[in-house]
Amino acid sequence: MIPAIGLVVGLVVGIVLHPDVPLSLQPYLPIAVIAALDAVFGAVRAVLDGIFDDKVFVVSFLSNVVVAALIVYLGDQLGVGSQLSTGVVVVLGVRIFSNVAAIRRHLFHA
Amino acid sequence: MSQEEAPEAQESVRTGWERLWRAGRPRLTRANIYITVLAVLLGFAMFAQVHETRSSGLENLRQEDLVALLDSVNQQSLKLSKEAGNLTDTKKKLQDDNGDQAALKAATARLQTLGILAGTLPATGPGIRITVKDPKNVVKPSDVLNAVEELRDAGAEAMQINDVRVVASTYFAESTDGRLVADGTALRAPYTIAAIGDPHTMATAMEIPGGVVDELKQLGATPSVTSAQHIDVTALRAVSTPRYAQPDNP
Repeated sequence: MIPAIGLVVGLVVGIVLHPDVPLSLQPYLPIAVIAALDAVFGAVRAVLDGIFDDKVFVVSFLSNVVVAALIVYLGDQLGVGSQLSTGVVVVLGVRIFSNVAAIRRHLFHA
Repeated sequence: MSQEEAPEAQESVRTGWERLWRAGRPRLTRANIYITVLAVLLGFAMFAQVHETRSSGLENLRQEDLVALLDSVNQQSLKLSKEAGNLTDTKKKLQDDNGDQAALKAATARLQTLGILAGTLPATGPGIRITVKDPKNVVKPSDVLNAVEELRDAGAEAMQINDVRVVASTYFAESTDGRLVADGTALRAPYTIAAIGDPHTMATAMEIPGGVVDELKQLGATPSVTSAQHIDVTALRAVSTPRYAQPDNP
């Protein structure tokens, strides 16, 4: 409950402050956000599976974000940044979908 | 999913909603605080990114796109600066001491262009000549109009049919005895249309399947198209001063 409220608070703060993303972060933020979303959906699924662990969530959230940003950075350095970003987005998208499917089965039995 | 069948023993009866509700109860543990902080950050980052994507014009484009964009802009600016240079030259010439002469020259060039367009001057140049033999008198005004429109589409700049110059206001009609009339002059077969323009384009336009030549053949006339480097359009049209239209100088 509190984390959900926290998410809303973060969105509101963003709307109010109109933040400008620093130039050095610009290539990484979108991928990092998607990686974080993946961690969030994974956490909801873990709650429903009854195997949720706070520490696992915090670590997986942070590592997801860092690894995603790192992959994009590496790709940019190697000159395949756009392709690698697409790959990461596809992989994370597939994971989000499968997590959402599991959540759906738990909640709606469908 | 295998996880569904293997929950912890004491929670086996809980439904997903109950579990979610239980996990969502407000608790003030350290982990919960960490998670909340992360959630706030995620929400903030999400909106920051959305805002960035919405507001950004060029800075989100990839390098290749930017290079292509820069290239096209450079070319355009080059073209425009060339044009600006030409116009400045013309302006300077017109303002110079011998400006009268330059103005006269420009006006003469304009007069010639307009004369060719209006049909008051003879014209010569590459083009095609279409001869239509029509012994059975089957060619209708609409067929001739078709041919003329087709030639205009293909880029004809000056045209005449027999001895009549074809201009913007030229009309084709049929007299009471079934003869073709163009601008009030009766035309006699064989009809000859001379058109100045790109010979290849115009000849192709005439001879496309279902085009002018095809249709005339189907009617029973025998058209023939010849291209030449020198076609003379010598028929002239009298200059007529407009009675109602006045030049509108802003």
